[in-house]
Order: sequence, then structure tokens, then C-alpha cells
Amino acid sequence: MKSLLNFLIKYHVFFLFLLLELFSLTLIVRYNNFHKVSFLNSSNALTANVFEKAQSVVDYFNLKRINESLSEENARLRQQLQSLLLTDIENAAEYAIGVDTVEAYSAKVIRNSVNKQYNYLTLNKGASDGIEPDMGVVSADGVIGVVLDVSKNYSTVLSILNGRWAINAKHEKTNHFGPLRWDGRDPSFAYLEEIPYHVRINKGDKIITSGYSSIFPEGISIGVVEEVEHSSGDTFQEVKVRLSADFGGLFYVQVLKNKNKEERIELEKSTRNE
Amino acid sequence: MNKGPIWYIGLFVTSVLVQVLFMDAIQFSGLVNPYFYVLFILLLPLYVPRYLQLLLGFLLGITIDVFSNTPGIHASATVFLAFMRPLFINSTNVDEQDRGKIPSVMNMGTGWFMKYSGILILLHHVFLFYIEMFTLDDFFNTLMRSVLSALFTFALIIISQFLIFRK
Repeated sequence: MKSLLNFLIKYHVFFLFLLLELFSLTLIVRYNNFHKVSFLNSSNALTANVFEKAQSVVDYFNLKRINESLSEENARLRQQLQSLLLTDIENAAEYAIGVDTVEAYSAKVIRNSVNKQYNYLTLNKGASDGIEPDMGVVSADGVIGVVLDVSKNYSTVLSILNGRWAINAKHEKTNHFGPLRWDGRDPSFAYLEEIPYHVRINKGDKIITSGYSSIFPEGISIGVVEEVEHSSGDTFQEVKVRLSADFGGLFYVQVLKNKNKEERIELEKSTRNE
Repeated sequence: MNKGPIWYIGLFVTSVLVQVLFMDAIQFSGLVNPYFYVLFILLLPLYVPRYLQLLLGFLLGITIDVFSNTPGIHASATVFLAFMRPLFINSTNVDEQDRGKIPSVMNMGTGWFMKYSGILILLHHVFLFYIEMFTLDDFFNTLMRSVLSALFTFALIIISQFLIFRK
């Protein structure tokens, strides 16, 4: 016993090193469980506060750009409104059913990254504003990500630019769908996988949300096809997609709430159980 | 020239803030991610109890992790850095009377400091980038990113020497 103790004391540095490394590795490997511990991520009050203060300084210098993008979006929405008003009543009613199930909250991005392997955003809205985990996040240009974690006043968002997550996307023309994943390199591109070889996909085709999960409604823009690759012998082709949202220049985003989400999940669960 | 604990607390906070507010915003097509916060570990006095270096390394890493939503990644890399640092210092035969000193350009000379920070930053970055990828696929791409980023961090740390230890 005494010699064991001596041994431990003699090599205490090495053992402490091993212990700390093992603990860190556990954090990395069991990432998803630990992520629920919200003091370990940037939605906690201290870190979010630091980011919010810093962002307010940055914002000041970007007011012009924010203004321009808002007025552009305004113009686009006005145009859509016009065309909606002109459509005949039957179609409009159908459209309204779809619209009514989604509620949007506007939120400010106080922290964003695009240069890591696993990128996240932090927003200045949290549980007290009605934000919940698993809500979709979009910008005026397209899909951004999904809410991962909320604290009282802040939330963290898993960006599309994050290898831990794939969004269900589809090819607008043919309705073929598959997971869209980021490969960790260029923040302007992601890859749509599992599209069968025979589907004809052209450069410039639109890629949109599939609506097969309850996170995003159908038809939100994700990007356009940049390039189609298929290695010989593979039954699937890989589609390189230029993302439509500008992840580097995000200031405001909308968080989407699907009002029928519980009902849908409940129904899908009961179907699976049968 | 010795610095007290207050100075080191200040250095810790500054290193973390510079990292999360400025360095993380630097983007060169995803290739260069400088991790300037290692400055805190590099500037610890030459001889500190090793267990304390490891614990401080862990504290620094986990703080960065909390800010960047990467639990464990930075912590493991800074603990590794804190473990390797005394090995390097011991291998260079530091004079007895220099033991309490801060390893800076002024105290140790430019050549020594460049070798010291260069090797340790490279070790830290290579460890960090592979841990972040958690795979050896894309081996050379990861290596290139870590070496480029290490060069950038190295340049920043050398420049910071002249800002921190102004005469």
C-alpha cells in the first residue's frame, strides 16, 4: 500500500495529465449529453453577455449594411404580397393553411462563426421569448440552422456549417430528397447526398427544404446546384450546393415555430408503434 | 522582473477575450484559425509546480470551450501544451537564477523565445486540429491548416511581446 502511494506521488504529474485528458476526451465523445448542461455552452448568461456587448459595437459599424438588407427584404416581401393578392381565392385559401401553422420570431445574432469545424450561432432571444429547442432558423436568403439549446434570454443555434448535423433537403424540380451536409471546408458550399444516379440534376437547379421533418416547412430555399459529381460504381451522385444564405454576414434571423409540431410528432409516433 | 497573481489573472482574462472576440472572427477561407490564448500558458513563470500548470491549462481550455461550444476540445489541447512546456524548458538548461522569471524575449533572448514559442504553439495546434476533426481522414488538409494557423499565432505572440513588455 505504501509503495503504491509512493508510486502515485512520484508520478502525480503524469497521472494528473492523464486524468485531465481523459476528462476532456469524455466531454468530446459524450458531446451530446454534456451539451444539455447549458453552463458549458455559449447560451449561458455570462458568455452571451460578453458577446452581446461586443456585437453592439460591431453593429454600429454595420448599420448601413443591415439597413440595405432590410430594405431589400422589404421590397421582396412587398412583391410577394402583390402576387398573393392577385392569385385567385381558392389557391390563396390553400396557401393560408400552410402559412397559419408557422409562426416566426425575429432575433439578433450576437455570435456567429464560419471558420470552425462545428459552427454555432448565439441569438439574443431565449425561452422567455418563446424559443424552444428544435425550432428552425432562417434568414431572408435561406436556411441557417436549428435551435439547439435555450436559456432564459439566449439560445444557441446549430448552423448548417456544422458536421454534427444534416438537414433534409430536396431537389425542387424532381422532388428527390436526401441529407444535406457540410464537409467542413468552404462555408459557401454543402453537399446533398443520397440522390440516385438516374435523377437528372443541372447546374443552377434549386435545392429547398423537404418539409419531411417538423423543423422547417416545405420550400424554404437552401441553395442552388453548383456541380454534380458521381464516382463510378456508386449508385448515388453527390451534389455540390452553393448555400443561398450568407453565413459570414448575418445580423438578424427568424426563428420558425411549427404550431402543429406536437400533433405531427404524436401522429408519427403512434403510426410507428402499430 | 516578476509579476504577481493579479497580473496573471489580468493576462488570463485578456487572452480569453482577445481570442473569442477578435481571433475567432478572423477568416481566411477556413484555413487560418489562430489560437492566441496559448499566450497565457507560454508566459507562466519558468518554474511553476507542474500540477498547477496542468490545472491552469485545463481551466484556460475549458473557458475557451464554453465560449465556442466545443466542450473538451480546447481543454485537452491546452492540458497537452501545459504538460509539454516543462519538458521543453528542462531540455534547455535554464540558469538557476532565472527560474522565477517570465519566459519573455527580454529575459531569455529572441532566439530562445522563438524556439520555445514556435515548438510549443506548433504542438498545441497540431494536437488541437486533429482532436477537433477526431479522425485521420483528410490527414494532410488538417496538417496544413494546423501549420498555417500555428504560423499565424506565432507571429501574433511575437508581436504581443513588444506590446506587453514595453520598456
